[in-house]
Amino acid sequence: MNIGYIIRRLLGAIPLLLGISLVLFGVIHLAPGGPLDVYADNPSVTPQAMEQIRTAYGLDRPVPVQYFLWLKSMLVGDWGYSIRTGRPVLSEIVDRVRPTLELGGLSLVVSLALALPLGIISAARRHSALDHVFTFLSFAGISVPVFWLALLLQLLFSISLGWLPSAGYQTIGGGSVLDKLAHIAMPTAVLSLATVASWSRYVRSGMVDVLNQDYIRTAYAKGRRESGVILYHALRNAMIPAVTIIALDLASVISGAVITETVFAWPGIGRLFIESMDGRDYPTLMGLMMLGSAAVIAANIAADLAYASLDPRIRYE
Amino acid sequence: MSDIALPATPLEQRRRSYWAQVARRFLRHGPAVGGLAFLLLIGLGVIVGPEFSPYDYDGQDFELIGSPGEMTQAHWLGTDELGRDALTRLIYGGRVSLSVGLASALIATFLGTLIGALAGYYRRWVDIVLMRFTDVMLSIPALPLVLLLSGLLRPTIPLLVAIVGSLIWMGTARLVRSQFLALREREFVEAARALGARGPRVMFRHILPNAIGPITVSATLAVGSSIMLESALSFLGFGVQPPVPTWGNLLNAASPWLSTAPWLAIPPGLCIFCTVLAVNFLGDGLRDAMEPRG
Repeated sequence: MNIGYIIRRLLGAIPLLLGISLVLFGVIHLAPGGPLDVYADNPSVTPQAMEQIRTAYGLDRPVPVQYFLWLKSMLVGDWGYSIRTGRPVLSEIVDRVRPTLELGGLSLVVSLALALPLGIISAARRHSALDHVFTFLSFAGISVPVFWLALLLQLLFSISLGWLPSAGYQTIGGGSVLDKLAHIAMPTAVLSLATVASWSRYVRSGMVDVLNQDYIRTAYAKGRRESGVILYHALRNAMIPAVTIIALDLASVISGAVITETVFAWPGIGRLFIESMDGRDYPTLMGLMMLGSAAVIAANIAADLAYASLDPRIRYE
Repeated sequence: MSDIALPATPLEQRRRSYWAQVARRFLRHGPAVGGLAFLLLIGLGVIVGPEFSPYDYDGQDFELIGSPGEMTQAHWLGTDELGRDALTRLIYGGRVSLSVGLASALIATFLGTLIGALAGYYRRWVDIVLMRFTDVMLSIPALPLVLLLSGLLRPTIPLLVAIVGSLIWMGTARLVRSQFLALREREFVEAARALGARGPRVMFRHILPNAIGPITVSATLAVGSSIMLESALSFLGFGVQPPVPTWGNLLNAASPWLSTAPWLAIPPGLCIFCTVLAVNFLGDGLRDAMEPRG
C-alpha cells in the first residue's frame, strides 16, 4: 500500500472539510430565528438577561467572526458547549456513540450474513425463479419507507404478539443480555433491510461478471465442483465492487440512523441530532454534522484503499 | 432547397427507429410496464379522487372527535382523532406527496444537468470549482442536512420542494459531466463547432440530446428518492405541516394511535411503498430500454 497516496488523500480531505464547515455554518447561522427563541415568550426572562445569554454564547457577534472563533477552537479539539444542556458538545456526543455503534455494528453483521449468500445464489442461478424472487425482494427492500416498516414491526411484534419491547435501549434500571437483545432486534431488522437489498444486488452483479470469465471456465474444466469454483475462484474477485459500496455505507453507521433511532427511542447519535434540532442547539448540530461528514470522507478513502488492495491491477500514484 | 432535404430523410428514419427500439425494449420489461401503469393509475386517482369524495381534507365530523374512528360504510378507511375522513386525507396527501416528489426531481435534474454540463464542457477551472462543490455536498450526510434546513427554515411547500431538489442533484451532475466529457470529443461535436456553433448551442443542441437516456433514468429515480425524502421529513415533523396532509405526516399523526387504530398507519405507508417501488421498476426498465449494454 502506497503511504504517500494515503497521506495525499488525507491532506485533500482538509479543504473539503473546510468547505463543508463553511456551508454548514452558513446554513445554521443565517437561518431566521435562533436558540434563544425558547426564551422569547417567557416573561421572567428580561431583555437584559437575553442580552447576557446572547453574549455568553457569542451569538451577538457577526457570523463570520463566530465562524472563525468556532474554527479556532475546533482546531484545538474544543467542540464548544451544548446550548440545551450546557455540557461540552464532545461529551454529549461520546455518551451517545455506544448505542449507535452497537446498533450499526450488529446491522452490519446481519446485513453481510444475509447479502452475501443471497447475492451469490442469485448469480449462480441466474434467471431462475429464485433469482427473480430475490430481485423482486431487493427492489421491495430499497422501496420500503423505514419509518413505516418500523411501525409495522412494532404493530406485529410488540402490540399484537407482545414478544418484543416496542422501543428503548433496555429495561429501566439496566437489563440482562437477553433484555438488550430484545430491544435491539427490531431496530436492527429495520436498519438491515435496505442494506441487504442493495448489497446483495452488488454481490450478484459482481458475481455474474466474474462467472462469465475465462478463468472460471478453466476452473470448471479442470474438474472443480461449482461450490469450489464460486467460493474459491470467483468470490474474491466478485466482491471487489461490493466492498466499495459496503465501505461507503459504513459512514452512515457513524452518523447514526436518525429515523430508526427516533421511532425506537434508541439513545444514539441520530436521536441526539433530533433532540438538538428541537432546541436549536447550534454547537451540537455543528459538531454532529461535521462528524457525519468526516465519516463520509473517511469511508470514501477507505473504499478506494480497499479497492486497490483487493485488485492488484489498480495502482494509485 | 430540395437537394439538402434529401439527407434529412434517412436521419429522420434512424431517429424514429431508435425510439421504436426503446419502446420495444421497454414493453418487454414486465415490471417496468406494471410500474408505469400503477403510477398512471395512482396519478389519476389523486387528480380526480377528491371530486368523488363527499368530504374535505380538513372537514371534521364533530361527533367523531376524540379518538380515531373505525372503518365504516361512511368512512371507508376510518377517521382520524379530529374526525376527518382518512381516505380523503390519503388521496389529498398523495396529491401533495406526488407533486412534491415530481417537482423536486425536476429541480434536481435541471440543476444536476446544468452543473454537470458546464463542468464537462468547459473543463479546467469551471470543472474544478463545480466538482469540488459537488464533493462538498456529497460529503454531508443527506438526511440530516435536509432535516437541518427544513427544521431551521420551517418551509412552505414550494420552499420544501426547493430544499429537497437542491440537495439531490449531485448524482445527476456527476453522470452528466462524464457523458459530456466523452461526447465533447466526438466528431459530430467537432462538426458543429466547425460550422461556427459556440458554447451553449453546442452543449444543449448537440451534446445534451445524446445524453438524454441516462438523464431520463436518473430523473426517474430522483422522483422516488424525493418522495421518500419528503415522507421522511414529514414523518419526523419537519416537512409539510398539518392540516395539509402528505403520506409522511399522515403516518406521523397515526403513530401515537398505533395500538388502538392500526388501520390509520397502514395505508399511507403502503402508498409510499408501492409508489416508490413502481418508480424504481420504471427506472430499471428505462435503463434497459435506453441504455442497452450500459
